[in-house]
Amino acid sequence: MMIGIGWIILIVVVIVVLWIVLMFNGLVRTRNQVKNSWAQIDVQLKRRADLIPNLIETVKGYAKHEREVFLEVTKARTAMMKAGTVAEKAKASNALGDTLKSLFAVAENYPQLKANENFLQLQEELSGTESKIAYARQFYNDMVMTYNTKLQVFPTNMFANMMGFKSEQSFEAAPADKEPVKVKF
Amino acid sequence: MATFFDEVRKNKLRSGLIIFLFFVFVLVVGGFIGWYWFSGAPGGFLGGVVLAFIVGGLYFLIAWFAGSDMVLSTTGARPVTKKEYPYLYNTVEGLALAAGVPTPKCYVIDDSALNAFATGRDPSNSAIVVTTGLLKTMNRQELEGVIAHEMSHIKNYDIRVMLLTAVLVAVLTLLSDILLRSFLFGGGRNRNNEGGQFQLILMVVGLVLVILSPIIGQLIKLAVSRKREYLADANGALLTRYPPGLASALKKIAKDPDPLVDHANRATAHLFISTPFRDRTGFWTNLFSTHPPIQERIKRLEKM
Repeated sequence: MMIGIGWIILIVVVIVVLWIVLMFNGLVRTRNQVKNSWAQIDVQLKRRADLIPNLIETVKGYAKHEREVFLEVTKARTAMMKAGTVAEKAKASNALGDTLKSLFAVAENYPQLKANENFLQLQEELSGTESKIAYARQFYNDMVMTYNTKLQVFPTNMFANMMGFKSEQSFEAAPADKEPVKVKF
Repeated sequence: MATFFDEVRKNKLRSGLIIFLFFVFVLVVGGFIGWYWFSGAPGGFLGGVVLAFIVGGLYFLIAWFAGSDMVLSTTGARPVTKKEYPYLYNTVEGLALAAGVPTPKCYVIDDSALNAFATGRDPSNSAIVVTTGLLKTMNRQELEGVIAHEMSHIKNYDIRVMLLTAVLVAVLTLLSDILLRSFLFGGGRNRNNEGGQFQLILMVVGLVLVILSPIIGQLIKLAVSRKREYLADANGALLTRYPPGLASALKKIAKDPDPLVDHANRATAHLFISTPFRDRTGFWTNLFSTHPPIQERIKRLEKM
């Protein structure tokens, strides 16, 4: 009898340990996926920031007097590069998107600029990057949701906090920025 | 997202099954050819099996590692750089991000027809092909819809199943051809040896195989690709979060008066986003088509 109970306890302990190991590994895997998909957004945000000085230079060549718009874009870009957390970056990125929209709106008034090869290329690159940001954000948010759900379901929620897993923030799009910036031709 | 993972698992299983069927079929037919050529000697059957195993194995390895390149070159696709087609590249890169897969290589077919396909053996070794006509005709949302459809083929390993199916169908057709010729023009030298019932049965089975194999091949191809198109439409819409894009692209494709005939053949037809043959209509077309009717696909997308 004693041996029987000993075995049962052993089996239960093994199952519990196995479950904890699997759960832990699953959480680590998902958390890494979240991190990786965040890195994808970051790459695109950086790419957009890198394109902007070039764009401003090109537009300046044709539209010197639009100083205000340039200033705004540059300010938003600096704010974007300083932003640290996900929420901050999301906010700064949305603000930068808005200023870029007004920059392209200004460009509409300069037919020569719109015919400039370099400008057209930058425009395509920027709108491409803009939609890549949107897609990377979509994937990141899906990953965050998967991860947060894993953390919150019972009984994982009892252990996850103890083992140092914290829920992640999603990258919120501004209400008006649900669609990637439409650059008119 | 769970659906994607289920699909991936199923497609890997399906791929395994296709490979298994491929070998069973090749070995059996190889055995028959050997048996027939060596006048019904049992050693002939075994020899045929061994030979078929070697040839089939080699063929399989080539198909596995070079299959997508073969498909690409038979369709006349050429690789393009980001400099040449920034618009295409940005779209593909964006949707690769959305799907969470490595960016596939981009290819273009110089043809005014509106069509596209994806190929490869897994997401890290994949390619997306579009015609120049498609690039010219579609606006950004429509192109995104089409690329998203192809991207979901890549993401859930449809491309692997489709590639293996292309290989299987090509082999079935070739082998049944050889077998048929062997029977018709007599590879067996002495027909007067006392064959007995066993040989007669083998002969009948062989003949049945000859008749059935092209049909089986055709049916496998269909089973593999029609449901898949609806699924890729749905998953593509999930990637862009904008079903009207693909719906309007399909409408343009449906109106395309000049389908892609030059570069497509029966073995690659099922890869394309819409059937590259547009000359047949009616009941039989529907039954033997590699694609669901395009109007039905548009209807489903518009309901989303």
